[in-house]
Parts: sequence; structure tokens; C-alpha cells
Amino acid sequence: MTDAALSTKEPAAPERLGVISWESGPRKLVTVYLPLACFVIVLLFPFYWMTITTFKPNNELYNYKDFNPLFVHSPTLANVRKLFFETDYPQWLWTTMLIAVAATALSIFASVLAAYAIQRLRFRGANWVGLAIYLAYLVPPSILFIPLAAMVVKLGLFDSPLALILTYPTFLIPFCTWLLIGYFKSIPYELEECALIDGASRLQILRKITLPLAIPGLISAGIFAFTLSWNEFIYALAFIQSSEKKTLPVAVLTQLVQGDDYQWGALMAGALFGSIPVALFYSFFVDYYVSSLTGAVKE
Amino acid sequence: MADIAQKWSVTREASRGPNLLARLFDWKPFLVFLCLLPAIGLLVVFLTYPLGLGLWLAFTDTKIGRGGAFIGLENFASLWRDPIFWTAVGNTIFYTATATIGKFALGLWLALLLNHHIPFKSLIRAIVLVPWIVPTVLSAVAFWWIYDPQFSIISYILKDVLHLRSTNIDFLGTPWAARISLIAANIWRGIPFVAISLLAGLQTISPSLYEAAMLDGAAPWQRFRHVTAPMLMPVLSVVLTFSVLFTFTDFQLVYAITRGGPINSTHLMATLAFQRGIPGGQLGEGAAIAVSMIPFLIAATLFSYFGLARRKWQQGEAND
Repeated sequence: MTDAALSTKEPAAPERLGVISWESGPRKLVTVYLPLACFVIVLLFPFYWMTITTFKPNNELYNYKDFNPLFVHSPTLANVRKLFFETDYPQWLWTTMLIAVAATALSIFASVLAAYAIQRLRFRGANWVGLAIYLAYLVPPSILFIPLAAMVVKLGLFDSPLALILTYPTFLIPFCTWLLIGYFKSIPYELEECALIDGASRLQILRKITLPLAIPGLISAGIFAFTLSWNEFIYALAFIQSSEKKTLPVAVLTQLVQGDDYQWGALMAGALFGSIPVALFYSFFVDYYVSSLTGAVKE
Repeated sequence: MADIAQKWSVTREASRGPNLLARLFDWKPFLVFLCLLPAIGLLVVFLTYPLGLGLWLAFTDTKIGRGGAFIGLENFASLWRDPIFWTAVGNTIFYTATATIGKFALGLWLALLLNHHIPFKSLIRAIVLVPWIVPTVLSAVAFWWIYDPQFSIISYILKDVLHLRSTNIDFLGTPWAARISLIAANIWRGIPFVAISLLAGLQTISPSLYEAAMLDGAAPWQRFRHVTAPMLMPVLSVVLTFSVLFTFTDFQLVYAITRGGPINSTHLMATLAFQRGIPGGQLGEGAAIAVSMIPFLIAATLFSYFGLARRKWQQGEAND
């Protein structure tokens, strides 16, 4: 009798205790950990599959009866060797790196100045310029690549890395500028006023006070810009023709697929080694990454 | 004494040149102009001008390497009679709607899960973002292999491990299967962005609101409906706007996995524009397809932004 009364009362008790306790115990296992585990498995599975395909020998790759496809039984480096020594893969990696670094540097330079002008020089219409730059981010590359292709041909930049270095800033600048405006906002203006009173010029202030304080913001903007340029596809596909000048995502898709005979091992190796640089980069700066992504959304 | 005075005038002489320059750099209008020049210059030349040029090209018969003449609405008229174009429009709308709903339902769920007190939270959060940072085309290639008609791992698990089916699934062989496979890949890629952004929104909600709701006897669903949902709206509307915009103009996934096939049945407007415009060389027609995306984009943006952001204005935080 008393037992029954107690047990009916029990579920109600933790409800009153506060936020943490109502969801503890086995219930949390089912409602939180289990779905979370499913999410993590599904989100990571393609990478696992990519990785094990890379290291599988061909007889395992196409024989699911004798070898469980979810594991590698006798790992091989044949696919990796084929990729690095029989294709232009190192060249593509190098080209992509070069383009990504150049486009990032150009965008950061332009964005720092623009963000500083908009946030700190407080000229009339600064908000409108900021809004215009934000709107530029809403123009998707899918509607720009055709006229840009016509322009690139006319300027004689077709099939040149310069075409990509100059066009990537169109989507990098708006993003970086907004990120940096947000960042500059968080630096107290009083520091600049002090420097102005001490007779520093505006450029000295930017160089010696604002920029050093904004380094975390610069790093965020830099890694974002680098990843976005590394991942860019449509411009690189449209503006570059010769194999050795292609960027990695384009080259993997167009150069490693020959006819109907897909070399899945080499293809997956190409995808894996194209992902590793950004993944490494990401893992070093993961906190900057998350904060800049969420910061940009909250702006 | 005279020595010192001489030194003084010398240094003043020497610094007059740079001083003028320095004064120019401290003159605000000039400085503003100079600071904005690189960004605005690049954007005007490579964004605003091509946008206008694209509008113009849509009304011409330009081909690669040859300028075109103004032909009025002819491109649009021929697209109007083109069944492939209409398939692409239908696909784009279906793809955007379904993928957005999927991304937001699953992304919101994942965000709510991550908002609990769990061990290794930052590690899990970092892992969750991986699909989003890896080049889309490369993960699309992995999906291509996962969707292989003969050696698909999904078919293997359903057929040989779970014995739920007797045949392999032909993921990319028929139009509807291919469309759904593409949407699944798009949802997979979009979940991290939605989840992490919404998580940031969730973390700004003060716990005291939940405590107050709980004191008033609100059930979990009521807490979600009346506290979480309204507080999340401003972030949600921004994320939704971006998500709709980038899903609608998606190119990479479809180009990498199906290239619009089988028989042009999975083309999105962007891939069709590319196919006609670049390999096909019909810049004018490609531009016309790209331009016809603009009204949809404006409508979708206005709808998702103003439809959902209204609540934020009512709270008087428009200048946040």
C-alpha cells in the first residue's frame, strides 16, 4: 500500500528539483545518448567507408561474400601509391593550396580594411555599406558563374589560377567582413581614443592597437576563408580546363573517373586525401570555427 | 643652444613630407575611401557587374567565344516549351522543400540533444561539424560509392545482414530513387550547420525561463512550444534563409553524384544552367536558366526571413 503510493509519487518528485534531475538515469540513455550515437554514426559513416575503401585491395573491394565489407582484412597502399605516383594528384594539392592561400590573403586584406572603416571610422552611410556587403553574400555562385565565365574569357584569364584567386573573394569578403565587424565591435573604442589623444594616426591605430587585439577574429576569418576556397567547386569547374591546373575537388571528379570503369579505390583515396588537409586544419582551430560560425549567424 | 635650434628645424624639415602624407591618411573621407576601395572594388567588378551582365546575357544568343545579339525573350520562350527545364524547376522546388524540412527537423533534434549535459560535449560537437567542413564534392564521391548499384553498403546491410530485401537497391538508376538519394545526401551534409547554429541559439536562452515555466507546471512539450520555439525564432529565421538559398542553388552534389541523370531527370536549375552554358557553350541560354532562379530566390528569402523574423521586430530588437 505504502509502496504503491510511493512509486506513484516518485516520478513527480524529480520534476520539482530542477533542470538537471528530471532527465537522469535510464530515461536519458534512451532519449539522449542513443539518438546521439545514431547521429554520430550516420554523420561519420561516409568517412569511415571512404577510409576503408582506400586501403582495401581490389579482390576484397568487389567480393562481399568472402570478406565482410565493413572491415579491411589485408590493408594495402596500392591505391594511395597509384594516386600519388600515377596521377597529377600532388600537383592538384599544390595548386589548390596556392589558390586557397592567395584568395584568403586577398580577402582578409580587403575585409579588415572594410570592416575597420565600417565599424570604427563611423562615416555617414556606414550601415548601408555594411548592409550592401551582407547582401552580396546572398548572391549565390550558381547564378554568377555564367557571366563570370564570359568575363574571364574576355579578360584572358581563362584556364589561369588568377581567375579563381580574383573570383573567390566575391563570396569570401562578405563573410569575413561581417565576422570582423562583429569582432571589432567587441574591442573597446576607448583604447583607440587614448591612442588618438596620444597623437597616433588612424593607420597606426589600426596596425598597432586594433589588429593585434583582433587576432582571434582574423584567425577565424582566415580559416573560414581557407576552407571555403578549398571546397569551392563551380568556379573551378567552369574556369579551368587543363588537367594540371585543376583544383582538387574538380580534379578528383573529372580526372580520376575515366569512362565507365570507376577505380573506386583510387577515387576514395583521392577524396580522403583531399579531405585530410581541411580536417586537420579544422581540428587545430575547432573552437575558432564553432565560435565564428555561430557568431556569424547571431549577427 | 643654436645647435639645438638647428636640429629642431632640420627634423621639422625632414618630417614635413611624410607629415603631409600622414595628414592625408588622417583625413577621414580619404581614409574611408581608401579602406573601402579593395573590398568594394572587388565586389563591384566580380559580383555586381557579372550580376548585371548575367541579366543582359539572358536576353542574347551569346555563345562561348562569340558575342551575341539581343534576341528579347527568345531564350525564355524556348525554355517555356522545354520539358527538361520544367523538370529541373520541379526538381529544384521539391529538392529544396524536402531537404530543408529534413535538415531542420533532424538538425533541431540534434541541437536539442547537444544542449543536454553530456560528457565529451565539445568533442561531439566538433565531430558533428565534420560533414560540413569536408569538401562537398569529395563527400559526394563517397556517397556515389555508397549508392553503387552493385556494391552499395546499404544494399549489403539490408540484403545480406538484415535479410530485409532480396535484391540490391538501384539508388541512382530510376528518377525517383535518384532524387531521394540526392536529397538524403543533401540532408546529411546540411544537418551539422543547422544543428550547430541552432545550438548556439539554444544556449542563449536563459535557464530561468525554463525554471519559471516549470514552476507554472509546463510539460516538456509545452516548454518547447512556448519557451524554446519563440526564443529560437530569430536565429532560426536567419539559418533558414541561408539554408533555403544554398539548397535552392545547389550544384555540387547533383553534379557529382548523378550529373543530372538518369536521362536528365534529376537536373536542378543550377546544373542545367551549367550543362547548357559551359560544356554546351550556349551562354545565353544558360544565363536565362540562372536568371529564372532569381525570382524564386527573392521569394524564398523574403518569406523565410520576414515570415519568421516578425517576432523579433515586435520585441523591438531590430537594431541588434
